[in-house]
Amino acid sequence: MVSYSKWLTAGLIAVGVAAASSGVFAAEQGLNEPFQGAFREALTGKTIAFVPVAMNFDLTEGWWAGLKKELKPYGVKFELRDPNWNTNAGAQAVTSLVSEKPAVMVIHNPDVQTYAKLLKRAEDEGIYVVQINMGSAYRSSAFVGANWIEIGERDTEAVVNACKGKSNKIAIVQGALSAAASAYTLRGVSNVLAKHPEITVVSSQAADWDAAKAKAITQTVLKQNPDLCGIVGFWDGMDIGTAAAVKEAGLTGKVFVATSGGGERRGACDLVKAGALDLDLSYDVPTQAAQMAGTIKWLLSSSDAKAGAVKGSEYTTLIPITKANAEAATTCWNLDDLKKEAGE
Amino acid sequence: MKSFRITQQEIVFVVFALLFLFCSLFLKGFLTSENILTLIQNVSVLGILALAMAIVVIGGGIDISLIAALAVPPGLVLQMVQNGHSLAGSIVTAFAISIAFGLINGWLIAFAEVPSLFATLATGIFLAGFGQAFLFQVDVVQWSDGMSGFDRLGQASVLGVPMPIILFALAALAVAFLLRRTRWGAYIYAVGDNYSAARVTGIPTRPIIVLQYVLAALIGCFAGLVLAASVNSMPTRIFNSTLIYDVILVVVLGGIGLSGGRGGVINVILGTLLIGTMLNGMTILNMPYAAQNLVKGVVLLAAVIADSFLNPRNEETAQQGDI
Repeated sequence: MVSYSKWLTAGLIAVGVAAASSGVFAAEQGLNEPFQGAFREALTGKTIAFVPVAMNFDLTEGWWAGLKKELKPYGVKFELRDPNWNTNAGAQAVTSLVSEKPAVMVIHNPDVQTYAKLLKRAEDEGIYVVQINMGSAYRSSAFVGANWIEIGERDTEAVVNACKGKSNKIAIVQGALSAAASAYTLRGVSNVLAKHPEITVVSSQAADWDAAKAKAITQTVLKQNPDLCGIVGFWDGMDIGTAAAVKEAGLTGKVFVATSGGGERRGACDLVKAGALDLDLSYDVPTQAAQMAGTIKWLLSSSDAKAGAVKGSEYTTLIPITKANAEAATTCWNLDDLKKEAGE
Repeated sequence: MKSFRITQQEIVFVVFALLFLFCSLFLKGFLTSENILTLIQNVSVLGILALAMAIVVIGGGIDISLIAALAVPPGLVLQMVQNGHSLAGSIVTAFAISIAFGLINGWLIAFAEVPSLFATLATGIFLAGFGQAFLFQVDVVQWSDGMSGFDRLGQASVLGVPMPIILFALAALAVAFLLRRTRWGAYIYAVGDNYSAARVTGIPTRPIIVLQYVLAALIGCFAGLVLAASVNSMPTRIFNSTLIYDVILVVVLGGIGLSGGRGGVINVILGTLLIGTMLNGMTILNMPYAAQNLVKGVVLLAAVIADSFLNPRNEETAQQGDI
């Protein structure tokens, strides 16, 4: 009997230890979060197609690298169609993508009309369309991008302020006439000028996004109006020419140059630091890319949001780059580093 | 009868004089020494390019790849310096690439006998595409610290005269010397005027054609460096612009016949000044962009029509791929 009860005790202890240890084991395993598996599944193997107006410039290279950085780790596949400034080639790329059915199309429109019908067809086919920086007439699942009218307004307000007590003569250096971004910005400029009748616009010319043309126009305007107090430019990549003209005329600091751009370090912060530009409104490309990536994660993982069923906008919060923050490490970004982060 | 014929050069000069007079009288602030200097400075790069085009057109060809030669090698200089190479080494590399590019153009046209229009159209697209795909990170190549001092080439001035004007003048003198004072220059005229006759006379026609395109590429590279220095960056996207038409406009407008063998540096200078006056006047008038293009188009059309009246085509000068 003694030996029997001994065995029983030993058995009970063994069971108890086993039970206890299995309890400990369960705690080590952790809890299953019910949604992440489905999220990963929703992203893995999905294709994101990107149709910019062209690659090889800071904005589109930055968006592309930023999207890859955010989504590649989830097993998302990427496809790039580069129309290289050719609107027809872009429309063909979008058309062929509609039949290839990627999960998401990220579209940078060359104008308001060309892709509009194609994008609607894509969403009818179940492809989510995210439009970046330049929207089309068709409102798709998401628009992420700068509010050009706001950019025009804020740049002009800054120039008007800088002109207080001076000649009140300003010049406008537009982009390309065919580009909607340029036309929207011009509307913003007009909105502010309507409130300031004291301001005279001595020149409002299109420089075709071309630094050399911007310089030529600005030089002529400055020779005619040496007392000019400000210039509203439409893109920092072009207004490097505007700034060169101001510098050559020896008017740096006297003529306030306001413009906008993607906030890449060499193209934005360095120019503001050097005093070439006084205000550069940045639509911070990495943030835009992260917002697009977030939207794509949300769209792909939500079971209810069919393509075209929800429509929303994420206008970019602008970073005004001035002498005050141009030195700060986080104001601008750097394409090389972003590309490295994206594993390129 | 000969004395009644007026040359296009004279027509252009009269048009230029009238336009200049009109602007001086009716545009406030046009006729100041500062504005005139700005006017010339703004077309200096165009003028330098037109010198390159003039050499080729006088020699009976055309070089559509000139804008690629302007954009890519100088863009490479900025990119290499940005990546930490020395400025001198980068410039040597750029000129070496330009020479190689000119040799390829010349070989295609002189030896493979591809019409110059098609050969240079293709090589230009190739060079621009090569630059975009392999050489540049972004299409506006930015200035970097290693380039400091080099911007004087585009932004400094000597005795009040902006540097680009001086460089245009120097290039014009060099090209004028080549065309009028050297044997090679005479050969270029001979080849452009009548290729077969030149060949029969014993002129090394094929090497002369190669020489034209090498010179054009080198001058294009030089113009690109001046452009980059004056705007502190190299917008390589300029290849997609209409600049090449402006260059042809200057050459044709100035009175260098597209059939070859006629004209000289003076025509380039006249054409450049006429375009400069037009652009400057239209900017002062704050004329809308579309209207500016319309005016430029009408002027080019008039120049081409005048060219075909004054330099009529005949079997002797007609060539395959002639434009």
